[in-house]
Amino acid sequence: MRFTTISSPHSDRPNSVSRTMLLVILALLPGALAMIWFFGWGILVNMLLASATAVACEALTMRLRGRPALPAISDYSAVLTALLFAVAVPPLLPWWLTVLGVAFAILLVKQMYGGLGYNPFNPAMAAYAVLLVSYPVQMTSWLPPEMLNEHPLTLLQAATVIFTGVLPGDLTWDALTMATPLDAMFTQLDQSRMVSEILMSPLWGDFGGRGWEWVGNWYLLGGLFLIYKRVISWHIPVSMLGSLLLVAMLFHFLDQDAYPFGLFHIFTGGTLLGAFFIATDPVSACTTKRGQLVYGASIGLLVFIIRTWGGYPDAVAFAVLLMNMAAPTIDYYTQPRAFGHQGVRRD
Amino acid sequence: MQHSAQQKPRLHRFHGGLHLPENKSQSLSLPLERSRLPKRLTIPLQQHIGEMADPLVKVGDRVLKGEMLARPQGYVSAPVHAPTSGKVIAIEERPIPHPSGLPALCIVIETDGEERWCEELEPIQDFEQIDLSLLRERIRNAGIVGMGGAAFPSSVKLTPGLDNPIDTLIVNGAECEPYITCDDLLMQREAEKIILGIRIIRRLAGADRCLIGIEDNKPEAIRNLQRAVNESGEEWISVITIPTLYPSGGEKQLIRVLTGKEVPSGSIPATIGMICHNVTTAFAIAEAVTEGKPLISRYVTITGNGVAQPRNLEALIGTPVADLIEQAGGYTESVSRLIMGGPMMGFTLADDSVPITKASNCLLAADNREAPDPGIALPCIRCGQCAAACPANLLPQQMYWYARAKDLEKVQEYNLFDCIECGCCSHVCPSRIPLVQYFRFAKTESWAQEKEQRAAERARLRHEAQLVRKERLEAERKAKLRQKKEALKKKPPVKKEKTSDTSQDGADTEDPKKAAIAAALKRAAEKKAKMAAEGVEPQNREQLSESQQQAIEKVNRRRAEQQADATTSEEQGG
Repeated sequence: MRFTTISSPHSDRPNSVSRTMLLVILALLPGALAMIWFFGWGILVNMLLASATAVACEALTMRLRGRPALPAISDYSAVLTALLFAVAVPPLLPWWLTVLGVAFAILLVKQMYGGLGYNPFNPAMAAYAVLLVSYPVQMTSWLPPEMLNEHPLTLLQAATVIFTGVLPGDLTWDALTMATPLDAMFTQLDQSRMVSEILMSPLWGDFGGRGWEWVGNWYLLGGLFLIYKRVISWHIPVSMLGSLLLVAMLFHFLDQDAYPFGLFHIFTGGTLLGAFFIATDPVSACTTKRGQLVYGASIGLLVFIIRTWGGYPDAVAFAVLLMNMAAPTIDYYTQPRAFGHQGVRRD
Repeated sequence: MQHSAQQKPRLHRFHGGLHLPENKSQSLSLPLERSRLPKRLTIPLQQHIGEMADPLVKVGDRVLKGEMLARPQGYVSAPVHAPTSGKVIAIEERPIPHPSGLPALCIVIETDGEERWCEELEPIQDFEQIDLSLLRERIRNAGIVGMGGAAFPSSVKLTPGLDNPIDTLIVNGAECEPYITCDDLLMQREAEKIILGIRIIRRLAGADRCLIGIEDNKPEAIRNLQRAVNESGEEWISVITIPTLYPSGGEKQLIRVLTGKEVPSGSIPATIGMICHNVTTAFAIAEAVTEGKPLISRYVTITGNGVAQPRNLEALIGTPVADLIEQAGGYTESVSRLIMGGPMMGFTLADDSVPITKASNCLLAADNREAPDPGIALPCIRCGQCAAACPANLLPQQMYWYARAKDLEKVQEYNLFDCIECGCCSHVCPSRIPLVQYFRFAKTESWAQEKEQRAAERARLRHEAQLVRKERLEAERKAKLRQKKEALKKKPPVKKEKTSDTSQDGADTEDPKKAAIAAALKRAAEKKAKMAAEGVEPQNREQLSESQQQAIEKVNRRRAEQQADATTSEEQGG
């Protein structure tokens, strides 16, 4: 009897790219649902719009590159990029900005470099940064969390605002939107107000902004699930959160009025989303374990620096992009000691 | 002996490794049996690492069971023996079980069913007293090779170098690959002989202690071996239960687990005073020494969803795979792949007519569920799962990148040659990239490149030696010339007369310059004749056109003149 021959191993492999991506999407859902709960239906509209755009762009480029589109779409990496983008941008972002951002992420940041696995930068964060720099007003028009929101919008109203820009009734943008807690904190610090004074506002919860901190909790839960499932390792999130917390605490104890409490940094803005879902993007991050510690810690440090002294309120996107650039070099210098080799190789 | 002082030894970890579904129980449900005598046995002459064995028989010869069919050629080699009595019907290239799928020289025996033994090897009972070289020779003559898979001639491994005294003998009973149970069964059934083999190995290698490492999924084997050790009273042997973690049966990994030491990259265990043998090898050594039985049979696991009755058989070397499958109930309908060895490191067979060899421990007939087609490889997403699983602590994703780009220098810089091809990286890869295949490719390419470089280096050395030789000849020639000149100067009148007699043109010899030219030409002609007599062709003048020949002649004449000039001016100056 004759058989086909094939190279070893001949095992039933437990893992696949689509499984990995689906697990990340699954882990993202609690946080995403919490965002819909606290910030309204606009988030959902954005998620759907972004996903559709991403899949369309992915299919288009694969066609242009003369490759089968189905395997590329069915690895769910484009959808994941879209979802990460959608939960990072304001709930009522005009539709064309979402489309523009996702198209930029997929076409330029991902596919122009060769598609999945070849992009040096995190596509969602690159798109976020480009939009933030180009359209700062739209990109910072956040809604207040559910408990502070006097004008909650229905799904239809949210969709109308996103697609037509027409606000329901006699509402104005000023009445509808509100600064994010991070924005509020640092704008007021710039105005020489003290941290304790700023925290008097009803915007604040236990650690960060009300609503925001709960979203953070759900991202944290999703992240722990990913570590448990071994989709990501603990190195990047722990080192990133650890270094951010450490340096923030240090400054806080040096001057309690000028620097907010360490946990504030963890539970506001995109810190937890970034630590578990963005910085851990395997394609653009470090791959060696020691490298991941350096990479994560550097992101944490950069987040603190950019937030505290930089011009933009949140810094996760910029910090991640900067470290994306450094990742190959870090990897090169942090190779593990191979079995049977004495000392660390290559100094 | 009691279980006294059985301290739990401190075990160590190696990086990575995998917990794989074991799938070992299937082949242990039926008892071990001896396989049926096949009609024909095909004995490959190369079943080991090293030189191929040299046939001692010819077609038509009658051979007896245990008779040496081919003798070792060179130091690193092993003989092969007739697994049963019969007639040699062919010595020719036949398909053999090898990843390359290429045929190789085999001796084919038609069995006569009489199983008549030849008493070539006498049993050695007093192996504790007998001369070491005799003991070693016996192991060599019995054709014992490493039966864990590498098939390295055991007698060579048991010849320790003077600079590396052995203190620890590691006996490998880990059997970490899924599905395979032949070592397990052997340890269960033949514990005493394994201990005997260990004592023989110790005598040859001179170790102070022996550690037998067995994975904890083989409690019966551990119990039986422990009992055998206790009964033998050999307190220097310890049976050590190690956690089941693939690939703990890799030589370097097992040494690490048992002793905490790492064999340096690119070295053998002897450099850290250790030697490692498989339990089956120890068993074969015991049989060869105390019973005079050469290596002509072994335990083989036949398993997988592709066979009806998975089991273990004691099979003669050279038995066709198809025969063994048949005795395991034949193929099931779902069979899709035939693997020799385990699922992680075994290789697929294109055809089941090939024979089993000394190193064949398992035949895995797998279906699509056990060994599915890996499908299309997707791009690497750099997730690092491969690096986390790598027992050699390498970075497979980086090595893959460079292997793919055929950047051999770079892939070696990432320690390509520390890769043991265990398959962990490929197994966990979400993109289903055949990483091990890339690394095998890179290794093969590197070896080819190295071979080329060595050839180039040899050519360079030869060229340089040639230049030195030419210079030396030139110097010698000049020295001779000077001597002659001096002789000429000392007795010019005699010389003059004599030359005028013999030379065709007396007037020319008046001129020392012309004389020198003539002498040079003569010497050149002499040298040429000498070289021609020696069969040396001085220059590539064979296929030259006439004009080229003339040009060469002209050049040569001018050279001779110049030399003559130089010598005369030298003399005049001096």
